[in-house]
Amino acid sequence: MSKHVSAEIGLFEPAILKTAVKQAVLKLNPKGLARNPVIFSTALVSVLATILTIREGVTGGATFWIGLQITLWLWFTVLFANFAEAVAEGRGKARADTFRATRSKGHARVLLDPANRNLWEHEEVDLLEPGEVILVEAGELIPTDGEVIEGVASVNESAITGESAPVIREAGGDRSSVTGGTSLVSDWLVIRVTARSGETFLDRMIAMVEGAKRQKTPNEIALDILLAALTLVFLLVVVTLPFYASWSGTSIPVIYLIALFVTLIPTTIGGLLSAIGIAGMDRLVKANVIAKSGRAVEAAGDIDVLLLDKTGTITFGNRMADAFEPVEGVSERELAEAAWLTSLADETPEGKSIVELAVKKFGFATPENREKLTFVPFTAQTRMSGVDLPDGRRIRKGASDAIRELVGGVHNERLEAIVRRIASAGGTPLVVAQGGTVLGVVYLKDIVKPGIRERFAELRRMGIRTVMITGDNPLTAASIAAEAGVDDFLAEATPEKKLELIRKEQAEGKLVAMCGDGSNDAPALAQADVGVAMNTGTPAAKEAGNLIDLDSDPTKLIEIVLVGKQLLISRGALTTFSIANDVAKYFAILPALFIAAYPGLGVLNLMGLASPESAILSAIIFNALVIIALIPIALKGVRYQPASASSLLARNMLIYGLGGLVVPFVGIKAIDLIVNALRLA
Amino acid sequence: MQSDLLQAGLYALALFTAAVPLGWYMAKVFTGSITFLAPVERLLMGAAGEHREQGWKAYAASLLLFNAVGFALLFSILMLQHRMPLNPQGFDGLTWHLALNTAISFITNTNWQSYGGETTLSHLSQMMGLTTQNFLSAASGMAVAVAVARGFAARQARYLGNFWSDMTRGTLYILLPGAIMLALLFLALGMPQTLSASVEATTLEGAKQTLSLGPVASQVAIKQLGTNGGGFFNVNSAHPFENPNAITNFLSMLAILVIPVAFTFTYGRLIGDKRQGRALFAAMGILLVAAFTALYAAERFGNPLHAAFSDPAGGNMEGKEVRFGVVNSVLWAVATTAASNGSVNAMHDSLTPLGGMVAMVNMQLGEIIYGGAGVGLTGMLLFVILTVFLAGLMVGRTPEYLGKKIESREVKLAALTLLVTPIGVLVLGAIAIATGHAQTSVQDAGPHGLSELIYVYSSATGNNGSAFAGFTANTPFHNTMLGLAMLLGRFGYIIPILAIAGSLATKTPAAATAGTFPTHGPVFITLLVLTILIVGALTFLPVLALGPIAEHVSLLLGRTF
Repeated sequence: MSKHVSAEIGLFEPAILKTAVKQAVLKLNPKGLARNPVIFSTALVSVLATILTIREGVTGGATFWIGLQITLWLWFTVLFANFAEAVAEGRGKARADTFRATRSKGHARVLLDPANRNLWEHEEVDLLEPGEVILVEAGELIPTDGEVIEGVASVNESAITGESAPVIREAGGDRSSVTGGTSLVSDWLVIRVTARSGETFLDRMIAMVEGAKRQKTPNEIALDILLAALTLVFLLVVVTLPFYASWSGTSIPVIYLIALFVTLIPTTIGGLLSAIGIAGMDRLVKANVIAKSGRAVEAAGDIDVLLLDKTGTITFGNRMADAFEPVEGVSERELAEAAWLTSLADETPEGKSIVELAVKKFGFATPENREKLTFVPFTAQTRMSGVDLPDGRRIRKGASDAIRELVGGVHNERLEAIVRRIASAGGTPLVVAQGGTVLGVVYLKDIVKPGIRERFAELRRMGIRTVMITGDNPLTAASIAAEAGVDDFLAEATPEKKLELIRKEQAEGKLVAMCGDGSNDAPALAQADVGVAMNTGTPAAKEAGNLIDLDSDPTKLIEIVLVGKQLLISRGALTTFSIANDVAKYFAILPALFIAAYPGLGVLNLMGLASPESAILSAIIFNALVIIALIPIALKGVRYQPASASSLLARNMLIYGLGGLVVPFVGIKAIDLIVNALRLA
Repeated sequence: MQSDLLQAGLYALALFTAAVPLGWYMAKVFTGSITFLAPVERLLMGAAGEHREQGWKAYAASLLLFNAVGFALLFSILMLQHRMPLNPQGFDGLTWHLALNTAISFITNTNWQSYGGETTLSHLSQMMGLTTQNFLSAASGMAVAVAVARGFAARQARYLGNFWSDMTRGTLYILLPGAIMLALLFLALGMPQTLSASVEATTLEGAKQTLSLGPVASQVAIKQLGTNGGGFFNVNSAHPFENPNAITNFLSMLAILVIPVAFTFTYGRLIGDKRQGRALFAAMGILLVAAFTALYAAERFGNPLHAAFSDPAGGNMEGKEVRFGVVNSVLWAVATTAASNGSVNAMHDSLTPLGGMVAMVNMQLGEIIYGGAGVGLTGMLLFVILTVFLAGLMVGRTPEYLGKKIESREVKLAALTLLVTPIGVLVLGAIAIATGHAQTSVQDAGPHGLSELIYVYSSATGNNGSAFAGFTANTPFHNTMLGLAMLLGRFGYIIPILAIAGSLATKTPAAATAGTFPTHGPVFITLLVLTILIVGALTFLPVLALGPIAEHVSLLLGRTF
């Protein structure tokens, strides 16, 4: 559904992995580690283990060999966690590089007087300040984000959106915003700079995917606290254990206690937590959405109500011809033929639909003199298109006010009635005129997008209510709402009404998402919990939203919701897995530690591990390797299919809860077999 | 076996039948719909001079103040009992550490007894000191639960209610009438209630024996009803005067659990969603049935080393009253450790190793299997918050409970309480070993000695108060440390949960959608039970392995200590 900027980055891209290995080591820097309480604790006890092992080596202690191996695996645990984060960052960087390549360097033409396009001087792009006015001409890159204040031009935004067809950018209205890194295909634009170099959307996107500016999100902080508390609990368990062991007449080597501690604390989720967050951002960017904060992505997962504009989202922005409605004195056939002729070369969906309808109704055949027809394409200025026939007839079709102007403002009661009726039924009247005479109106009707109904049903299963926002009257709105299968609609919507609706929903404790592009959407975008601004929108809208969709595709909201949900699910699932793992680790390590004191405790050795040493070693190896094994899940995210919360919970509990209980029993046993085959313990 | 299960089933049925209407009644009391004692209430509240709605901090402050004053009073009475009336036996004042321990014990609803009641305390101490706190500590706990329920259900509110009012209502409308009725029943069933010190009896052999007496029935009634557990006599409800027959035994067991069970239903009504209360009832019920099954199996199976010289069909009868038998002792042991009551009708020290472990685990889980009056519910709610947090993530939403988002602050506070039992049991126990005080206080060597130590500290931290016996706790060290454990186990939960309630109160509840996962369905109940068990197991498995489990497996190998 979205057009991707960069190609899919493979999970095991060698270049990324290579850098990540190096990064994993560099990330041992204590300042960085301290951000992650679980891994920081692991690193601390690894240092302790290293010192103990060196001492054992010097004094020739009995646990040197096993201690050395445990110490190595402790460090691997830390490195693997670093590696997971580095891979996630590496993938982000790879994506960022493709963006960075489009960033413009060099000089921009700064107008000394915004009103005079001929008076300018060169200035380095990096030194551009917001408020300065620059001139960009065809074939040039737009150096930074800005707002068009003069001119109309087509702009190629493929660098940002991946969409190759140029789009129109013009002063005033809702299409005045331009993005740095895009290029002008035609004409020229006078642009007021709105973002300093380094603060443009492109830069934000780069920072976001690289994880450089990544702040922990609220939910991530909460989870971090829980993990830290669990780490503390296990610290108390392990620190007090020697006293209870001494009561039982046995002593436990400190290195074993360290091993027990590290296997118990949630290193798995601790090691993968930031990778999950970065990967979530990455998925969002892959969908061509820039999040101004991670908070917005998380909130997206919580959305209860989705406000969607009808046009372009639920229905095709392009409407389809449904009927020909002639004015008095004109036959339907005459009107249809005229409309048909004007549309022969019209490649827009509307044009094609007119041809289709005319042929269907009256069976017109392609005229022999087609090559002699002169087609007049639609332009933003004229807002009409048409055809000039060899016999001098000039047929035009266009918006009613444009045509009215064309025919000299002649008032036609009948025409006005038709136009009003069509408009009030939610359709678009397209007026056809020949020379100075209006022939009639083509009724263009809203067509609900195929598949959108299913999408809404999917959202409903996820517990999200969809509300259609439309300027249509309630009657039309109701019929389209029913056809599209939305839960509710807001008809004759004004910016104020939108804002009011959002506030009302929020007062009921609901989280509201909406998308918008116009300046008049800005208040609603700011009020909504998740506001997705279209990249084609005005700077005001983009400033107000907390997410920006570069494709300007309003249905993207649905994907954003999925990314948000997947992010939370991945965290929850891996946390559950991590904690459930501990049960098996206890059954591996406890009998190993206590069997000397109470031989009967051998019954707890459910896995039948060969020796106490190999049991402890196997547990710590498993603990380290599982981080590596789960990196793909952390990066790709736990699979999410829209379903009710109960069935999702049951499914994930089964996979990650029960799986978390069972997998380590199998894994530790397998490692134990290998450890013994290699005579490592 | 069949009649055993029949008795257990009958007990469960009676408990449920009594708890449902009581839950309804308590909800009415705390919402102010029951007013038949309004004049008394007004009088008391006038004395308190404080009616305003309180935020969580003010509520907690009132509770702390009230408990502090209660502590000071009780501590003084105990220290000075020899200078006060109603001391027919002429007992001396308590040592500072015993008074400290006992005062903490009774204001925290623990009723851990480092003393032997009939040989240490005057009637005044028992009646004015202990029995007063039996009411007030239970009422304090109930007030907390009510305030928490209000906070959870509130909508953008700053207040949780008024502590003084809640406490007064709980005492006036629930505990007092309940205790009076129960005491009268006990009296009718043969329990003594007198201010005389003792009677002389002539035994069958013709020897003279002095039987201690006192105001037993009144104290026993509230000790059971208020999840207190402090007995009048040293051996608690194993004493024939404190528990004369099968009916008093049955009524006592009912009284132990009825308020905690009823509170789940009260909670459901107070938050306006009875299903939530039922879910907690079910989760706690599953744990209770599991505990009973495990303990019953352990005791029924008995000690394999005894098979040669005792009837294996009788199960393990050591330390049990013949008149109660295995099933009634097991039921009691489960009920009393589940409910943070702590009264006993059999000696837990003589339970089989695994049986004793079940009792220990009940307490180590944080006393949430119905738990103490009010506080059992709030303890469970802390687990609910943690479970909701994990489970909520797995459905792809910021976790929420009752429509309120569970965020950093709530998780932080709930996670903090995970540290209470490890500190109270593991750390304090380890200190006792490291300083040598554990070794001198235990009666047995080896793993059973460790069980004795762990049990004591679990009992104190869980505010249970039951004794494993075999542990000499009345020393300056243990009295002080256990006092600390009791304070930690009480306020270490109460303050955070009140803070959570205060924080949740300010939030706007979101309407439930298909995307919010229900916290009343079987999936959630299962998850809640598993979370509790896993957290408990992860914290205590190592020490349990060295204590009861080691003892059990050694027993199987024929090794004793």
